[in-house]
Amino acid sequence: MERAQCIEMIYPELEDKLVVTIMGACAQELYDLGHRENFFYLQHAMGLASSIGLGLARTLPAERVVVLDGDGSALMNLGTFATLARYRPTNLIHIIFDNGSLLSTGGFDSHTTSGVTDLAAVAKAAGIEHVVSVDDPFSFGEAILEALERDDLTVIVAHVKAVGPDDYGMAFSLPENAERFRQYIEGRKRDRVTSALAESGAHPPTGDRRTATPTFPVVDKQQRSERSDPLPKSEPGRYR
Amino acid sequence: MPVSYENSRIVFDSIKAAGVRSISALPETWLGLLLQRAEDDPEMDLLQVAKEEEAIGIAAGAYFAGEPHILLMQNHGFLAAINGIVSLAQLYSIPLCMLIAMRGEPAEPYPWHKRGGAVTEPVLRALDIPFEHARDPRTVGTQIREAYLQSQASLSPVALLLTRDLMVD
Repeated sequence: MERAQCIEMIYPELEDKLVVTIMGACAQELYDLGHRENFFYLQHAMGLASSIGLGLARTLPAERVVVLDGDGSALMNLGTFATLARYRPTNLIHIIFDNGSLLSTGGFDSHTTSGVTDLAAVAKAAGIEHVVSVDDPFSFGEAILEALERDDLTVIVAHVKAVGPDDYGMAFSLPENAERFRQYIEGRKRDRVTSALAESGAHPPTGDRRTATPTFPVVDKQQRSERSDPLPKSEPGRYR
Repeated sequence: MPVSYENSRIVFDSIKAAGVRSISALPETWLGLLLQRAEDDPEMDLLQVAKEEEAIGIAAGAYFAGEPHILLMQNHGFLAAINGIVSLAQLYSIPLCMLIAMRGEPAEPYPWHKRGGAVTEPVLRALDIPFEHARDPRTVGTQIREAYLQSQASLSPVALLLTRDLMVD
């Protein structure tokens, strides 16, 4: 199974998700299928794609977030599995393409080569409940569909061949990608407020701005305050 | 040398007054009372990380999401987060407002903080990150608000160093 094949399979599903991908081959293969404004390509800072995904998912409960990660990057930030397990963002799907190789920097074997380190087992042991390990396209597709239906934090480790695209390059700078991604999310929030207003029968302020009273349904904060931290509260005396 | 209860409250209230309702942090002694308040406050969302570099990613996600966010860490945690600061925040023009417990200054009694204390400021300068020291509870609120606004306006990392004078009674 090749990563490009997997990405192509899920590409239609990514249309309305917030997508964060790691550097190199993974980013390029997604980009080559057709860039969308909801794609953020983390071309460096290995290991942090999942952390960006957590920040997005935690702050935007109404969105679905998909992180496309790799074995080399995941190995650089193993602690993130524990952080994800603790806060359990139900709207995050964390896909790790494991090719057992640091392909983008010369193809050296990573620690996952020949099953030495099992990232799915690491994620499971860190406390993530839904972890799937797949090595054929059918199982991969099935795992994605289940994850989308499940509505809970899911880690999918997909074992793929260590191959990548021949050419690399994108038509925008890195800060431009970041700014357009931010604007996309802002636009989605605005659309959601507008449609919520329309549904509730409330009206945006019109006429004299000094006397008009807009009604904005508060969604995010409400949902957030209903979350409960699964760990007991710590006490001040425990800090050293 | 207890952590200052009153000044921890002032710092926390100042974070809220700056409009921030989301914090990522790794606990550290001087930040303990502050984080306890964040944890107990239903309006505040606290994410505790396993290592400080994760918080750089979380902060980027929160920024994309339009959620005002700050980071709380020890200076050694800042040192541990440098690649994320350089290769995510600075590379992509993403604001970071970092409140950093400045351990290892001359009055620090613990020898294990000395080296990190000595290199923190030179490293901040080398990374071109603007920073100030917060020493006075009467001005820390303004400093927090300004640090936050400066990070947002410049789309860059900004650091406020929380010193012993402020954090320890």
